[in-house]
Amino acid sequence: MIERTPILNIVTHLILLSGLILMIFPMYLVLVAASLDLKDVSAIPPKMFPGDQLWVNMGVAWEKAKFGEKFLNTFIVAFGVVVGKIVLACITAFGIVFFDHRLRMPIFWAVFITLMLPLEVRIVPTYAVAANALQPFQVFMDVTGLTWAINAVTGIEVALEWNLLNSYTGLIMPLVATATGTFLYRQFFLTIPDELVEAAKMDGAGPVRFLREILVPLSVTNIAALATIMFVYSWNQYLWPLLVITDQSYGMVAVELGRLVPKITSTGGEVAKWNIAMAGTLIVMVPPILVVIFMQRWFVRGLINTDK
Amino acid sequence: MANISISDVRKSYGKDEVVHGVNLEIANGEFIVILGPSGCGKSTLLRMIAGLESISAGQIAIAGTVVNDLEPRERGCAMVFQNYALYPHMTVAENIGYALKVSGMAKAERLEKVRVVAASVGLSEFLDRRPGQLSGGQRQRVAMARAIIREPRVFLFDEPLSNLDAKLRVQMRHEIRRIHNRIKATSVFVTHDQQEGMTLADRLVVMNKGNIEQVGTPEEIYHSPASVYVGGFIGSPAMNFLSGQIVAGGVMLANGGKIPLPQALAVAHNGSLAQIGLRPEELTLVPAGKGAFDATFEFSEELGPSRLYHFQFEDLTLSVLSADKPPVEQGKPMGIRVEAGSVHLFAADTGKRLRAREAVAQPELVV
Repeated sequence: MIERTPILNIVTHLILLSGLILMIFPMYLVLVAASLDLKDVSAIPPKMFPGDQLWVNMGVAWEKAKFGEKFLNTFIVAFGVVVGKIVLACITAFGIVFFDHRLRMPIFWAVFITLMLPLEVRIVPTYAVAANALQPFQVFMDVTGLTWAINAVTGIEVALEWNLLNSYTGLIMPLVATATGTFLYRQFFLTIPDELVEAAKMDGAGPVRFLREILVPLSVTNIAALATIMFVYSWNQYLWPLLVITDQSYGMVAVELGRLVPKITSTGGEVAKWNIAMAGTLIVMVPPILVVIFMQRWFVRGLINTDK
Repeated sequence: MANISISDVRKSYGKDEVVHGVNLEIANGEFIVILGPSGCGKSTLLRMIAGLESISAGQIAIAGTVVNDLEPRERGCAMVFQNYALYPHMTVAENIGYALKVSGMAKAERLEKVRVVAASVGLSEFLDRRPGQLSGGQRQRVAMARAIIREPRVFLFDEPLSNLDAKLRVQMRHEIRRIHNRIKATSVFVTHDQQEGMTLADRLVVMNKGNIEQVGTPEEIYHSPASVYVGGFIGSPAMNFLSGQIVAGGVMLANGGKIPLPQALAVAHNGSLAQIGLRPEELTLVPAGKGAFDATFEFSEELGPSRLYHFQFEDLTLSVLSADKPPVEQGKPMGIRVEAGSVHLFAADTGKRLRAREAVAQPELVV
């Protein structure tokens, strides 16, 4: 359905343009608000043109939210999540696609179904696990009577505990499993011709070698796409860090940004410093935007799979 | 270098048996071509030799060692695939040298070997290219080089030429033969193209529906096909088939025509129903009434050095290859002469070739 008439061109461009404005305009407002001083940002009607306070406001926001430390935290977590997701999804898909075993379809569906269980849905049990990652084993041992048996034989009371709250591990681990990533890899692996696998077998490459030297190099665009999506995803994490981190020194940017936003409930003394909040927003937005811009070329190729 | 010994090998997928007890001895250094239509089990057999398919029953031995439970890499076979199966992200040199890299050969030594092998198949200028930048023929050469460099005991070819255009196919065929003459590794080549089979093979194995129909030199297979199937499969243009009853001195066709047979053959099978195979190139056209039977001329095809004449005979079509120009006319009958020695006689029920010496075993048939 490729049709080119002047009218159709105008109409489609209008639609595209209105979409663009819809997306860009709020961002523009953020930029404007971030560059005004306190008096102008509270003015009614709101100002539509940027002021000259952008750098000042950004400096204040950076100091106030201790973004130096939080950026580092968020980078560590985002990096951990991205690497974890890429590796885990790759290995899972490898196991599902290239090994012929009874469990391959059940495992695939089990992974797939987790798409319906995002973190927000399972947040209470996940929190319980994070509070004591060994809890499931403890329960298992209690139920099977192992705890009792060990106690009876050795006199030792078994109480397993591994607290993940207020740690990078606790921030990263629950976010690492990814059905989307596994699915993306799987779809790509399915396009690898059987003969290539067989050629590698004939050349004497074992499964690990095949994964490392043939599959991974072939899936770089996929990895780039996945890394981009997942970096943005983990950079923007809000709910989970809010829950597991009570120690400010582990705070992540999205949560800290929330602290810059004036609270409606604070009726007393606090002034609604929206210019500072918006400047903070701008700062926080920079890394994901940079990543997307840098990875764009790879990212698109990885998703549409034309690089062959 | 190694001989391959295949004994009663079967392959089944669940209840479906696709290879039914194949026995085959392949001598050291021999070039064997397995020929058959798609789905006849020839690729499956090859893949069982390679170790890419498990062997359901029976055993395969390479150089005297049973390889049933060995991994492909332990069998000393190299394989050339139909779609080349080159690693798209590696350069030509890396593709060729990958097996050596896996086996842990030092880099300098490896590169030197790659250079030598690449030169031997005319790839020296392309070592830094990727497969995507090569033509089909060049890719096929890379696949060959990748197999050669391992100095395998056994070469396996899985329809390696079927993705090439006709001219290149002939060229690569010659190349494969040349390489074989040089390195003399035992080779098994699977194809559905009879011309490839006839020209490449030391011995040809014709397969049909998971069974071996005949094993022999291309000459044997062409001149004395063991069954109707082999007769019809080998030879281009294809063999003509007629049916009739064997009488003294020949085969009586339904409409009264009579095809001469060698005396011994006719005597041996007197009275039985038979299928007769006649190669188009062994028939001669004569004026109506002068041949073994008459058939109605339909049309001819120009082949260059000769022409293929198509006839209607009863409800069958029949073709005759002739280098000279007989006076044919559309819709008019022509006589077709058959030499007794050129008739291929098959049993009507089993489709197996009928031979004269069976007369010794069954003297009671003699009238």
